[in-house]
Amino acid sequence: MAIMQMQKVSICALKKDRKAILEKIQSMGIMEITPVLEDEEGLEKLNTASSRAVFEKRAQVADQALDVLDLYVPEKKSMLSSLEGKALIDRESYEKLLEDKGKILEKAGKLVSMNKEIAEKRSTILKLENQIEAITPWLSLDIPMNFEGTSRTAVLIGTISGALTLDQVYAVLAEQAPEVDAVDVSVVSADKDVAYIAAICLKNEAQEVENALRTGGFARLSVKSRDIPSVYKQKLEEKIEKLNKEISETEAKIAEYAAARSEFRQVSDYFRVRAEKYEVLGTLPQSKKTFLLGGFVPAKVVPALEKEIGERFDCTLDVEDVKEDEEAPVLLKNNKVSQAVEGVLDSYGLPAKGDVDPTGIMSIFYIIFFGMMLSDAAYGLIISVVCFVLLKKYPRMSRGMYKNLSLFMYCGISTIVWGVLFGGYFGDVVTVIARVFFEKDVVIPALWFVPLNDPMKLLIFAMIFGLIHLFTGLGIKGYMLLRDKAYLDFFCDVVLWVFLLAGLLIMLIPSAIFASIIGTQLVFPAAVNMLGKVLAIIGAIGILFMSGRSSKNFALRLGLGAYDLYNITGWLSDVLSYSRLLALGLATGVIASVVNQMGSMGGKSVFGAILFIIVFIFGHIFSMAINMLGAYVHTNRLQFVEFFGKFYSGGGKEFEPFHSDTKYVDIKEETYL
Amino acid sequence: MSEYIGIVYALLGAAAAVFLAGAGSSMGVGIAGQAAAGVISEDPSKFAKVLILQLLPGTQGIYGLLVGFIVLSKIGLLGGSMAEVSVQTGLLILAACLPIGIVGLVSGKYQGKAAAGAIGVVAKKPEQFGKAMLFPAMVETYAILALLITILVVSAIQV
Repeated sequence: MAIMQMQKVSICALKKDRKAILEKIQSMGIMEITPVLEDEEGLEKLNTASSRAVFEKRAQVADQALDVLDLYVPEKKSMLSSLEGKALIDRESYEKLLEDKGKILEKAGKLVSMNKEIAEKRSTILKLENQIEAITPWLSLDIPMNFEGTSRTAVLIGTISGALTLDQVYAVLAEQAPEVDAVDVSVVSADKDVAYIAAICLKNEAQEVENALRTGGFARLSVKSRDIPSVYKQKLEEKIEKLNKEISETEAKIAEYAAARSEFRQVSDYFRVRAEKYEVLGTLPQSKKTFLLGGFVPAKVVPALEKEIGERFDCTLDVEDVKEDEEAPVLLKNNKVSQAVEGVLDSYGLPAKGDVDPTGIMSIFYIIFFGMMLSDAAYGLIISVVCFVLLKKYPRMSRGMYKNLSLFMYCGISTIVWGVLFGGYFGDVVTVIARVFFEKDVVIPALWFVPLNDPMKLLIFAMIFGLIHLFTGLGIKGYMLLRDKAYLDFFCDVVLWVFLLAGLLIMLIPSAIFASIIGTQLVFPAAVNMLGKVLAIIGAIGILFMSGRSSKNFALRLGLGAYDLYNITGWLSDVLSYSRLLALGLATGVIASVVNQMGSMGGKSVFGAILFIIVFIFGHIFSMAINMLGAYVHTNRLQFVEFFGKFYSGGGKEFEPFHSDTKYVDIKEETYL
Repeated sequence: MSEYIGIVYALLGAAAAVFLAGAGSSMGVGIAGQAAAGVISEDPSKFAKVLILQLLPGTQGIYGLLVGFIVLSKIGLLGGSMAEVSVQTGLLILAACLPIGIVGLVSGKYQGKAAAGAIGVVAKKPEQFGKAMLFPAMVETYAILALLITILVVSAIQV
């Protein structure tokens, strides 16, 4: 349990080596680059924005090609594939592949343009289909659609609004153009809004007829084609068919590229990494021949950096300790079990400057409390086995996921222990099965006691665990104050509180209230009782006078002290808060037995057994999920609010080394951290 | 008839625990669910996180169920042979059920509101999930305290 010591490293090297040095640092992944503040004359920064944009664009093309492949030839993925993590690739084959990066990018470009082609064709098809729909009402018309008429006659083809019958059209004509006598109208088809008509008249009267029809809402047919509608439709359909065929050909061609997936991934990552390198390059101050680079490096790996950079290149490499007023980024180093709760700590905030890393102590309490809240041996077994199998099967999953799953594995083991202590195996499933199906009375005895039979006992223990947890927190605060040599603060803020609380506890335990809770009267010797009173009084008076010691005004100082003394209620509520250990433990047992009870309602029969199995499976999955959620949330709360409240502030900055931040593949490198 | 009055009071207690706490949870989960659905419409990848937050106000209903179940098995309704419950005992059980019922109702609703707020946090800053989860969990404390009192009292009542 420790925060890794950081050192500041600055490198001044020749400009000609800058790319090689940056590449090496990037692949080592052990340095967080910080901007070098020196704003001296003669030092300039290189503008790398344009070359970065080029690389980013290339990475994007490869990404798009991968998207296209996913669209047309989706990869078969199992439900757990997200746990697989990035593929590991050794450097040689990676570099070999990169020799062809131009060709691979070309391929990717082709894929992208093929996809565009398909999209264009699809939209053309849509247009053609709209056209077909537009001419469908005209299908029974047997003259070309742009037919204007013969030498003497004119033909008007179009729609007229309102579903007019033939008679109604004639009526409109008779009303609007009474002088016209030679008109022949035929209604091709009609739907509820429009009638599709063709009218033949004398050429010299065509204008009048058209005007007359217009007043009735006539509009000429917009499709201009020399074909008669049915032929035209056929032609459109042929076009669509041809396009569809082309599309499926292109799709088949795309499918041929499926094997190039891993190439695209590597190339995309290559350009992504290069773009990052250029981004950093743009921040480095350079003179004519040299450049500067600085940042934080964990002290442990500084020698490795000196060896890889300092000895290989012409450069000066300065190492200095982090200054008092500077805040170094935080990197935690813990053993395997404690590591698992780093994710939980991270979600609260990493240790800030001056904080201790609470991971180690927290992990012990976390695992114990989680197990106590879930407290069912069978659930614990399922959780730990599932997590164990996943961890073994997918060793390359992301770091955060790995930590979380191992945390649940340890919590599962602790759950098994508590389950055995409290006698919970899928609640009371053994008892229920024995009673309903075999008519026997079997009870797996609890190793310790059954909480539901004696909740008061467990409540007391929950609060004792709480007190241990809280005092540990106070102890860490004391340690931090001693470490910083703040002895007065240590005495006033920690020792006096311990006096007060211990004194109050000693006074409480023999009291009548407490006796009625636990059922027996505890009697201390008189000297101990006296000691309790003395401790409590010393603590209370000390806090009253010393808490406000930063204030010069004596009255204000007393006021602040009294206010701080009021914090005793805070301690009370903190301790009471641990009753959730009991409540959630009971909840698991009772929900599980509700499930068993429901399952057994079918009685002793084949149907009853089937019902039992179904209810058992779904019921316990539900019960496990909801109780795990509860245990997770409330264990976190106990850590964050009650425990951290005593000593921890958080808010440290995570160590973010300059490294190859790839998306698809990891290149095998020597690991330094 | 009068020998059943005790059982009726006890059942009334179980019913109050189940329906009041259940109603609180359904309000809470509903409120949080609306917020969660809004987030998903923007960014489906946050589904797991917002789902967890949505479920947080659901526990009151479960506590209610739990108390209901304990009461039912106490008065022997589940085992088949009903115990004889005096009017006094029935009323005692009814009173014991009230804390989880009433606190479940109120805290469920307000935990739902806090969860909706937390979902808003996750929408903007998904990395702050751990902190966001704490706010609804704070509300739940009081439901747990009420549950505790109810369970302690119910299990202390002799039938």
